[in-house]
Amino acid sequence: MLLKIKRVPTVVSNYQKEEAAEEGGGCGRNCLSKCCINGARLPLYTCKNLDKSVGVKPESPVTFLESLVLGEWEDRFQRGLFRYDVTACETKVIQGKYGFIAQLNEGRHLKKRPTEFRVDKVLQPFDGSKFNFTKVGQEELLFQFEADDDDDDDSEIQFFPNMPLDADNSPSVVAINVSPIEYGHVLLIPRVLDCLPQRIDHKSLLLAIQMASEAANPYFRLGYNSLGAFATINHLHFQAYYLAMPFPIEKAPSLKISTTNEGVKISRLLNYPVRGLLFEGGSFIKDLSDAVTNASVCLQNNNIPFNILISDSGKRIFLLPQCYAEKQALGEVSSKLLDTQVNPAVWEMSGHMVLKRIEDYEGASEEKAWSLLAEVSLSEERFKEVNTMIFEAIGFCGEEEEEELDEKSSMDGGFIRANCCPSVKEEAVST
Amino acid sequence: MSITESSESVFTTEEEESFSARYSLWIKEALDELPHNFTITDPFIPGHPIVFASPGFLKMSGYSREEVIGRNGRAFQGPKTNRRSVMEIREAIREERPVQVSILNYRKSGSPFWMLFHMIPVFGKSDGKVIHFVAVQVPISGQEHHRKMRNGSGLSGDMSDYSEMMFGSCRREVCFGHLVHQDRALPVEFDEQELENWEHCEASESEKLRAAEAISNVLSVLTRYSEFSGRLVCGKRYCLRGADCLSSSLVISLGRIKQSFVLTNPCLPDMPIVYASDAFLTLTGYKRQEVLGQNCRFLSGVDTDSSVLYEMKECILEGQPCTVQILNYSNRKDKSTFWNLLHISPVRNASGKTAYFVGVQVEASCRNTESKELRPETRQLSVVGAVRVAVRSSFMVTC
Repeated sequence: MLLKIKRVPTVVSNYQKEEAAEEGGGCGRNCLSKCCINGARLPLYTCKNLDKSVGVKPESPVTFLESLVLGEWEDRFQRGLFRYDVTACETKVIQGKYGFIAQLNEGRHLKKRPTEFRVDKVLQPFDGSKFNFTKVGQEELLFQFEADDDDDDDSEIQFFPNMPLDADNSPSVVAINVSPIEYGHVLLIPRVLDCLPQRIDHKSLLLAIQMASEAANPYFRLGYNSLGAFATINHLHFQAYYLAMPFPIEKAPSLKISTTNEGVKISRLLNYPVRGLLFEGGSFIKDLSDAVTNASVCLQNNNIPFNILISDSGKRIFLLPQCYAEKQALGEVSSKLLDTQVNPAVWEMSGHMVLKRIEDYEGASEEKAWSLLAEVSLSEERFKEVNTMIFEAIGFCGEEEEEELDEKSSMDGGFIRANCCPSVKEEAVST
Repeated sequence: MSITESSESVFTTEEEESFSARYSLWIKEALDELPHNFTITDPFIPGHPIVFASPGFLKMSGYSREEVIGRNGRAFQGPKTNRRSVMEIREAIREERPVQVSILNYRKSGSPFWMLFHMIPVFGKSDGKVIHFVAVQVPISGQEHHRKMRNGSGLSGDMSDYSEMMFGSCRREVCFGHLVHQDRALPVEFDEQELENWEHCEASESEKLRAAEAISNVLSVLTRYSEFSGRLVCGKRYCLRGADCLSSSLVISLGRIKQSFVLTNPCLPDMPIVYASDAFLTLTGYKRQEVLGQNCRFLSGVDTDSSVLYEMKECILEGQPCTVQILNYSNRKDKSTFWNLLHISPVRNASGKTAYFVGVQVEASCRNTESKELRPETRQLSVVGAVRVAVRSSFMVTC
């Protein structure tokens, strides 16, 4: 039985249509397909930050990358390329311990006939006939982004204001999201011309983390939605935007489960409506990235939808499995929640709720946000099963010894205790 | 670490004035006499630097006064400092509220130590604006940490379990464990590497009390010396912020932007400047006190094209962005004029309404045509973007 739900997907590009667009022969839209790509030029930003350790970088003034993103975004903003002015959308922090963030945004969801979207398969092949990012107009692209470990050049950053888009180089691009959630909402599309489907792989996640690290701003976060976890388009992309507030998920305490051989610490979230994992540490960005990728690939292969939040300038990464779409398709979600039409993608899971109806915005409360997200989360039992799968995939025993949580463990940083895994035991003995 | 790597700091006029403007003479001497470890920072100076460090603090950290004044508190953090604690402090500053958190810091020698960081904002009594932040640092011995581990563990007294509780290291504590149990204040020496790997270090009740006491003493001194100067400060915000008061969190965010720009408030009579960046002051040659509260027209002069001024006025009335090239008159030593490529745009706050106008100045003769730099237009617009993010977010903070 094919599970489907009726959804109105969010429009992210001005040329996004439900019907298949024509291909070939000068479509007139100045897109990235063979018809228009010859002669396409975009600024190119390259950086080498792989060997930067995941240590504390002093909070810098606005970096070059941040200036590039903001400057190009503001340019498109003033040129009227966005469907609405997101800064005119009222937003507030909801009273409560966690400070969920609510926004009233009636323009984000187009009034169009709903489309059918298959939600029960996390891995689906790329379909060129559906909308993808080779069909966006070039004016929606801001710049090419490369981050590598090429040792040819001494300099850390290279910027070329007008570089040709070379298909042979497999360029990765940053584009605007024409239905922004916040100011600066962009899409990072790794190797756009390779037409990769929406799934995590080592190189792509690493690129996303490198971008977060390069932006060096804890309020610039990247997010990823798998298919089945409310990704809109089956063409590999990450999202990012600026919001200078802490996300509720970032405030949640965590309990360490284990540490990989490369020093990546994996914890589970506590006192948060969504059950999820937090990855941090590691000697280098690549170690952290690989750990998350391996876990994500495991989820993908087991058909478990999930979201990823890259926060704290790439130092902390949240992996959040979910089951909301399946529940919706099986009719297990209350109509009250369905009526809010909130699709819990990565931003909602992190505590940033975009609301369409004024009554939902005015009546927004921490309890309501909490209960919505609790519906999205895996159950404790299921979460444990999934963790076992993940730890086996990353090469651990997978056994988690349950410890009694300290009573005082609370939201204000109750202390975190080691949770033993045999490999950690070995570490202890040999020290 | 990061302090000694960068250049020596020099006491700037602003750092000096941070105190002299608000408190009477001898305030520093009075603060020097307190036995506690504490720092005082000024959020209105770009970079939110330390403007006072007590002798106790200097001794604890191993730095000299010159090495500390002008630095941001982040300079004492290091690679193993817990990210969540950093975030909690950052958010408390932005929200202008107190915070008490354990955090790992590093001395000048590079050695790490855990301390209880307790910080409060100090408000001006008349306008309710934040003047300074006072931060007290109480080193944590780790004894309480031990005691909690042992008491709350729910495990039997199996030593191998106990050692695992120490996050997979710390063999030595196993030996000292039973001594701690006897509640003697036996100083337990911790391996630095182990210390760094602790995820958290709970402070004891007495350490927390010491922090609270220190805060109270420092605040008393500040209050007393502000009474003498007639510009009272207090630990609680008494009145609502006036419309022309930028919150310190907004000022801190704006401080990250290194280009020349101003914020003006269209809701106040004659649309005065409410914020001016350092680069603006350098470009125009004016001092901050001279420009705050003034309309920008002081930059225009005899030869400034009035039709351009008219164009700007129209855009402002319509709430539209615009870019103009305008002749401005500086107050620099040579009193020179300069061509200002000025971009202005309305900026909304979290309610969605226009709260300010931003004006970004680029001196036309300095246009950078280097290929490896951002185009001047992009750089100019990036300032607008950064201001939009700062204004929208700072207004979301509930008072």
